[in-house]
Amino acid sequence: MTYAGFLAKKLADSDASEGCMLSVSVGGKQYRGVLMPHHEFSAPDILILKVKSGYNIGIRMDETSTVEVESRPAAVKRDETLPEDKEGLKTIVLIGTGGTIASYVDYRTGAVHPALSTSDMINAVPEIRDIANLRAKVLFSIFSENMTVPHWQKLAEQIAEELNNGADGIIVPHGTDTMGYTAAAVSFMLGDVSKPVVFVGAQRSSDRPSSDASSNLMAAARFIANGNRAGVFVCMHDTSGDDSFAIHNGTRVRKMHTSRRDAFRSINAPAVAHVDKEGKITFNTDGRPVSDAPVTVSSAMCRDVVLLQFYPGMDPALFRDVVMKSKGVVIAGSGLGHVNENMVPLIREASEKGILVVITSQCLNGRTNLNVYNTGRDMLAAGAVTVLDMLPETAYVKLMWVLANTKSYEAAKVAMQSCMAGEMSDRREE
Amino acid sequence: MADSYEGMMCGIEIHQQLDTKKLFCDCESRLEEEGYGGIYRRLRPTTSEMGEIDRAALAQFRRGYGFLYQSCPCTTCLVELDEEPPHAVNADAMETSLIFSELIGASVIDEVQFMRKIVVDGSNTSGFQRTSLVAVDGSVDALGRRIGILSVCLEEDACRRIEATDTDVVWRTDRLGIPLIEVATAPDMRTPEEVMEVALRIGTLLRATKRVKRGLGTIREDLNISIPEGARIEIKGVQELRMLPDFVRNEVKRQKMLVRVRDILKERGTKDAAFEPVDVTSVFKDCPAKVISGALKSKGVVMAVRLPGFAGVMNGDNGTLRLGSEMAQYARTAGVKGIFHSDELPNYGIEQDYVDALRKELGMTGEFDAFVICAAPEKRAVRALELAVGRANQGIVGVPEETRDPLPDGTTKYSRPLPGAARMYPETDVPPTTITPERLKRISENLPELPEVTENRLCQTYGINPQQAHQIVARSLDDVFCRISDEFGMAAVAATTFENTYRELEHDGVDLEGIDMEMLYALFSGLKDGKYAKEALPGLLKEMASGTSLDAAVEKLGVAAVDAGEAEAIIAAIVKEREDFVRSKGMGAVGPLMGPVMGALRGKIDGKQASDLLTKAIKQLLG
Repeated sequence: MTYAGFLAKKLADSDASEGCMLSVSVGGKQYRGVLMPHHEFSAPDILILKVKSGYNIGIRMDETSTVEVESRPAAVKRDETLPEDKEGLKTIVLIGTGGTIASYVDYRTGAVHPALSTSDMINAVPEIRDIANLRAKVLFSIFSENMTVPHWQKLAEQIAEELNNGADGIIVPHGTDTMGYTAAAVSFMLGDVSKPVVFVGAQRSSDRPSSDASSNLMAAARFIANGNRAGVFVCMHDTSGDDSFAIHNGTRVRKMHTSRRDAFRSINAPAVAHVDKEGKITFNTDGRPVSDAPVTVSSAMCRDVVLLQFYPGMDPALFRDVVMKSKGVVIAGSGLGHVNENMVPLIREASEKGILVVITSQCLNGRTNLNVYNTGRDMLAAGAVTVLDMLPETAYVKLMWVLANTKSYEAAKVAMQSCMAGEMSDRREE
Repeated sequence: MADSYEGMMCGIEIHQQLDTKKLFCDCESRLEEEGYGGIYRRLRPTTSEMGEIDRAALAQFRRGYGFLYQSCPCTTCLVELDEEPPHAVNADAMETSLIFSELIGASVIDEVQFMRKIVVDGSNTSGFQRTSLVAVDGSVDALGRRIGILSVCLEEDACRRIEATDTDVVWRTDRLGIPLIEVATAPDMRTPEEVMEVALRIGTLLRATKRVKRGLGTIREDLNISIPEGARIEIKGVQELRMLPDFVRNEVKRQKMLVRVRDILKERGTKDAAFEPVDVTSVFKDCPAKVISGALKSKGVVMAVRLPGFAGVMNGDNGTLRLGSEMAQYARTAGVKGIFHSDELPNYGIEQDYVDALRKELGMTGEFDAFVICAAPEKRAVRALELAVGRANQGIVGVPEETRDPLPDGTTKYSRPLPGAARMYPETDVPPTTITPERLKRISENLPELPEVTENRLCQTYGINPQQAHQIVARSLDDVFCRISDEFGMAAVAATTFENTYRELEHDGVDLEGIDMEMLYALFSGLKDGKYAKEALPGLLKEMASGTSLDAAVEKLGVAAVDAGEAEAIIAAIVKEREDFVRSKGMGAVGPLMGPVMGALRGKIDGKQASDLLTKAIKQLLG
């Protein structure tokens, strides 16, 4: 978003920076306006000014053009004061990680900022203060595709610390792309967490009047304040409208659409609960009530785990190194969980070496079952481990956690096939 | 008093829909009869440049006002529903805006950037309108002088408002995203007629690009009007061009009236009326007036406010002073049916007794003491009176700046205060469009013919008169006219049809915009093939305008051509029926009998042919 080449030099020479009122002269034409950041896709010789009418225009500059700073922007002092707590309300701690929900546009310069400050996060949705008293912490300011295992670990530890220090619940604003992975990881790390931890994302950024950020946050806060349900959850729109919100189990949820507000769906399980626009909560599942038990965190993860998607013609020669270098493999197989017959010997070789090969289905919906067809039975004989109806991504995260928290192949296999955080079941109604 | 427009300043903004797909998605750009579903959304006021939230807007948001968005097949996709980022800008729409900019000699921006203009009334699902400045500083020639064009913008149209309930507004998304060219003139117009002339000229130039939509609602004008001592008033969304002068005349009259009201109030030394609403329900408990008794029955109250010094300006000087109607327009925005003020009472079933009792109750004694009352549920009545009294007090200062809605009778009504400077920030989802000098050169070398040049060409080539040529071009029928003339040799018939017949049908209220070029081509093709006579054209056009297909119209009107034999038989029968008459008049019977003959054969055969056949039949009878 910065100017380069001769333009950068010209701006530097005239001491012009974003937000300055400039007078620009190009080939006999005069322009006046506020200097805006350079767009990534703008031509390199284009200078962008916000003119009096409010429009941005791109001006083609050359070596002979002149730039003069007329005035500099006054420093804008942001209101950093926080509201006072209200008696009798629960305390929710917001732990910011970044993403769309926490990004905002500086309307003056047009620059997109990746993270809101702590006070911005609290002040952005003033009506949330009627529901709970808020504290906020900015832990990371990254887009969710850049999340890594150490981020998950740090986050889980921070959540445990806040809960043990008296928070009644945690909201984690998070980028949506990998929110399902993080929610699953935190679910396994926090085990039987005694309070609600709710991940909240937004599909439309907070600078837009139509953003889903504030309504998702409100629904999450209401669920924490009034739901009396412990666990790790994701709260997003349930429909395209701003009138129905779904609370998903953190291990059962998947982003199923690139852009819709209701992109997050519970797969192979009903949503835990729905919250309507007035705040009414309807539970669809049973669960653990909130308690005062201390929160423990087991954040160790084995990072030598891979997630592979089977496809017709998958060549074991290409994947052998990847599989054999890992300590665990999750394969999203076709249909009931199949791979082609050429892949079976590789599963056997890996299993014999003590590499856990876990089979899920790329159908996502429905349970795996390798007893039905020959290939499946061969896979089982080769050592493949099926995990009922667990999502491939959840299985991947769980395998990382299981391998770091068990001592043997057999123990890991048992753990993978045991439900720990609502991630699998042997009964479905849809 | 003769109308004087001295010192009037008027500028127009023209919004013309383009005949392409939508600006940021692959949807058809047309309006639908039905909308489906209703996605509930709310639009939250966002933090301002200073990190603050507009308190008034937030208060409104917290009251729970919501929007329901209807979808339509083919014209609504996830982009309109704000569920998918915008795609790249429609290339045809961008090209058309560049062609128009070059046509008016404007300077095109080197790199066009789309902006988000914040609009939280629900008309845009996103809460903003996507708009871009394409060119500045053009001009058009009209009225023998140059009228400045300040800017040409390319932007997306908004949703259509379908209805409002107490808590929600229903919008239809079919119109959202249709590309619009917005042309803003300098405030160069000085009379109502000039306004129309300039609008006409810009409209004609827009149509010269051949890529604009036609028909009611596809071009909308905003007027900005002020007079000396008045204020800038924006009249938004005039759809009928011929009404423009009326709106200008009426607005100037209204502002002059308000200036007079101000002078009267100033002379009296009228001070701001205090807003002290009094519950006067007891005074009206037996009042038979419908508005009052109706409100009281549904648990409403009657509230009153004293307005010392306002008597005679709310409705006075034989109805030429009308501050009261301005007050009522403000009050209605609070959701009440209306208000009553002392200048209009007794009336509407409220007798003098009630007026007297109320004056007593309010302790009104002064010469110019006035009052305003409202019967409605208490909260709403108080809010309505607060707005009405606020508007009355503005009368002391002069003309308030407002946005006003056009009404079918050429007057306007209050809509909302004039918005402040638009809040815009970059639409980062849409990449900028770099306009290279080469592209502009190519466009300027291939500009569409200017309308006057086209008219000349039509006159020279096809021998039609300038008036006909002007109408054909003004209606954008020049292409189809040329095809009909070149292929069927029917220049004269086509010119008459497009000038006279069109004018007559429009005079009768027929909207011909719905007949597209292919339909017209087919109509004349049928004429050429002798499927009907030219006398059938007006009836067929009328049917086609209301959506009937050509074949169905021919069938419905029974104008399918008859062959000469059949026509002869019909004429022979008519002559035979009137044998005595024919024998008594001789060949003089031809004239009188043309009536019944054409009655039976209109549209089926040509008039001259009918006359020839009739003459022949009579000759035969007379031997």
